[in-house]
Amino acid sequence: MNLLWLQAGGCGGCTLSLLGADARDLLRQLEDVGIRVLFHPALSEASGPEALAILEDAASGKVPVDILCVEGAVLRGPNGSGRFHILAGTGIPMLDWVQRLAGQARHVFAIGSCTAFGGVPAAGENSTDACGLQFEGDEKGGILGAEWQSAAGLPVVNVAGCPTHPGWVVDSLMALALGQLQARDLDALQRPRFYSDQLVHHGCPRNEFYEFKASAHKPSELGCLMENLGCKGTQAHADCNTRVWNGVGSCLRGGYPCISCTEPSFEEPGHPFMETPKVAGIPIGLPSDMPKAWFVALAALSKSATPKRVRENAAADHPVVMPAIRKTGLK
Amino acid sequence: MSKLVLGPFNRVEGDLEVSLEVNDGTVHSARVNAPLYRGFEPMLLGKAPLDALAIVPRICGICSVAQSAAAASALAEAMGLTPPPNGRLARNLIQAGENLADHLTHFYLFFMPDFARAAYAAKPWFAETEGRFKAQTGRATAEMLPARAGFMRLQGYLAGKWPHTMALQPGGTTRAVLAAEKIRLYAVLREFRAWLESTLFGDALETVAALDSADALRAWAAGRQADFPRFLALADDLGLQQVGRAGNLFLSVGAYPGSVGSLFPAGVWDGAKGRRAELDTARIVEDLSHAWLAGDAPQAPAQGQTRPLLEKEDAYTWCKAPRYGGQVAEVGALARQLVAGQPLAQDLVRNGQGKSAGGNVTARIVARMLEIAALIPAMENWVQQLAPGEPFCAHGELPDAAIGVGLTEAARGSLGHWLTVKHGAIAGYQIIAPTTWNFSPRDATGTPGPLEQALVGLPIPKDEAAPVLVQHVVRSFDPCMVCTVH
Repeated sequence: MNLLWLQAGGCGGCTLSLLGADARDLLRQLEDVGIRVLFHPALSEASGPEALAILEDAASGKVPVDILCVEGAVLRGPNGSGRFHILAGTGIPMLDWVQRLAGQARHVFAIGSCTAFGGVPAAGENSTDACGLQFEGDEKGGILGAEWQSAAGLPVVNVAGCPTHPGWVVDSLMALALGQLQARDLDALQRPRFYSDQLVHHGCPRNEFYEFKASAHKPSELGCLMENLGCKGTQAHADCNTRVWNGVGSCLRGGYPCISCTEPSFEEPGHPFMETPKVAGIPIGLPSDMPKAWFVALAALSKSATPKRVRENAAADHPVVMPAIRKTGLK
Repeated sequence: MSKLVLGPFNRVEGDLEVSLEVNDGTVHSARVNAPLYRGFEPMLLGKAPLDALAIVPRICGICSVAQSAAAASALAEAMGLTPPPNGRLARNLIQAGENLADHLTHFYLFFMPDFARAAYAAKPWFAETEGRFKAQTGRATAEMLPARAGFMRLQGYLAGKWPHTMALQPGGTTRAVLAAEKIRLYAVLREFRAWLESTLFGDALETVAALDSADALRAWAAGRQADFPRFLALADDLGLQQVGRAGNLFLSVGAYPGSVGSLFPAGVWDGAKGRRAELDTARIVEDLSHAWLAGDAPQAPAQGQTRPLLEKEDAYTWCKAPRYGGQVAEVGALARQLVAGQPLAQDLVRNGQGKSAGGNVTARIVARMLEIAALIPAMENWVQQLAPGEPFCAHGELPDAAIGVGLTEAARGSLGHWLTVKHGAIAGYQIIAPTTWNFSPRDATGTPGPLEQALVGLPIPKDEAAPVLVQHVVRSFDPCMVCTVH
């Protein structure tokens, strides 16, 4: 399968993230399932006229494109012209290139949240009119349209994340090559369910603090970041804390909140990123699937039951009270 | 006079188009176009100031931490905060980690594959070079990526993830290192050192860092079986020390603060005089004359604005033209090492008469390698200085009105953020990134930017559609185009 990768109005961070994959040999791993990189802006030798020839052959159908990966939001402005992003050497907006190539590709992958939904380039007043391939925020549409399907009959596969995790890209590509990525394997936002059927909360190392609502108030404190510091891990779909990043990390493990970067419109949360919006002292964004009354009742109860160790450690940047050593043996 | 337009320029970060006017087989003049505009500066206006820490890393996937550090520093100045020693050390480690990974990515993925091009097929060194460095298939890529990924565990421990961490805060970092992690961090660094010493250098890092002249470098490299010496042999054969000269002025804002001073100091190196001067940031302005942006007079960044204007005579890029005291300046690892007084770097930019021959392809690559060799020992030292149990982050309030400037060195050079806060919100945010300096267009006096100067005079063979020498010169700067315009 030929893979062609384009970088649109993004930051290139999903490619850089991909290079941190834990594969012993990333390109051979893809080759092993039959994926050949026809063109990638950071990896291919071809540059200038040689690169253009590859893109032109792909866009005209002369060379088949089995997988088109687009990384970065598509900029439609100013005034629908797409001129905020001209593909270098062509004089033609990236908007037009993406549309032409998507029309030829058997499968189209949106790599990262800006390609999927618009993401950070669409923040603020969105002066460049940035949007995703098949979504604008959580509204279906984008530059390809709500009903669009690739030649193979799938909608755009949204490998969302900012950046996206290298494993999400590699496993999505491998699943496709192995015949294990079909419409039923995508969620309602067209993200691969192998990672989007989980919550960032799952496997969070701050779980004990969450259980007791023992909360951090300031950056670097060990407590749960949900109540005060804007964490959306109990709502955001991703397996960050079970898969982990760069071998050992995640946003929560790094001490800062989940900003739900796999979700549409995460870039405009409607509140400062590191502050939890509340009504009458209760966070607006409750954990997914949790009835509000129960949450309030359980939070009140667990707060009053918080052990000293958990309460004091929550407000420190390293454990100050250690778990008791039981004298009776563990039962 | 014929015209050659090169784009999409691959194996650089982001979008780049280079237009050459060719006369009698040599480059007569060059124009550099950054063809992507996303508008991060106007995007930040009106937002809560600390939101910059979520937004600005996402300007760039390869300089993400540097952007984050510049924002954190600007906010720290606005809040009157100084990170505690642990916070300073952790930030240094996170930034050095990104910069080293970037140097490695540049060398192996972006720069070396050009020597494996068919244009060099007749060279005696071609077969070996192709086997080792050919894009996608070369053995070096397959060896370097896992080594790099292993090194990036440092980011996993200290920053949660890379790129796009929010671990860097105005008062330090969000992740206090515990005793167990201090040991793991040391192990990660030692493992990476071993790989660098065997594969990249073929010698101890300390030996490489102590090389003090071009002659010493040549003697050291002769016959050595490792990737950096392999580059030096190719560079000598192709005369790359003679190509790619830009201006004589080199600038660094300084990097890796210690309890006193910085590992790499701030300053300006005047190659013509062979002299270092203090950096005066008040002399930095941005000229808009050839950018698709509204405004005529050059702007001091603290007062700068960014308003797109596509219909503009003489404009050919989205990139502004930063100037220092009206002069073009080159930034990057070479500039940092020249300002720091590194003797080998200084020797490599001299000509036979002891005067400056300016930056060149070889010197830019060597300076990155010297930084790798110098930084790993420094990082090992910083890890040992971490004091688990002591604070990593200072806390404070942001005033309703404040200004702050954040200056730092990204892998590819000087980065500055100029922040104005009014009524508790961002009222001004201007960014000058490394490649904004290096790939700037002409200014109002018609003076071309550093790359535009570096390309003039290069031979353009008739049979090369994308002349490989042009590619060496362009990539020697390790451009980051997504930062350039932001």
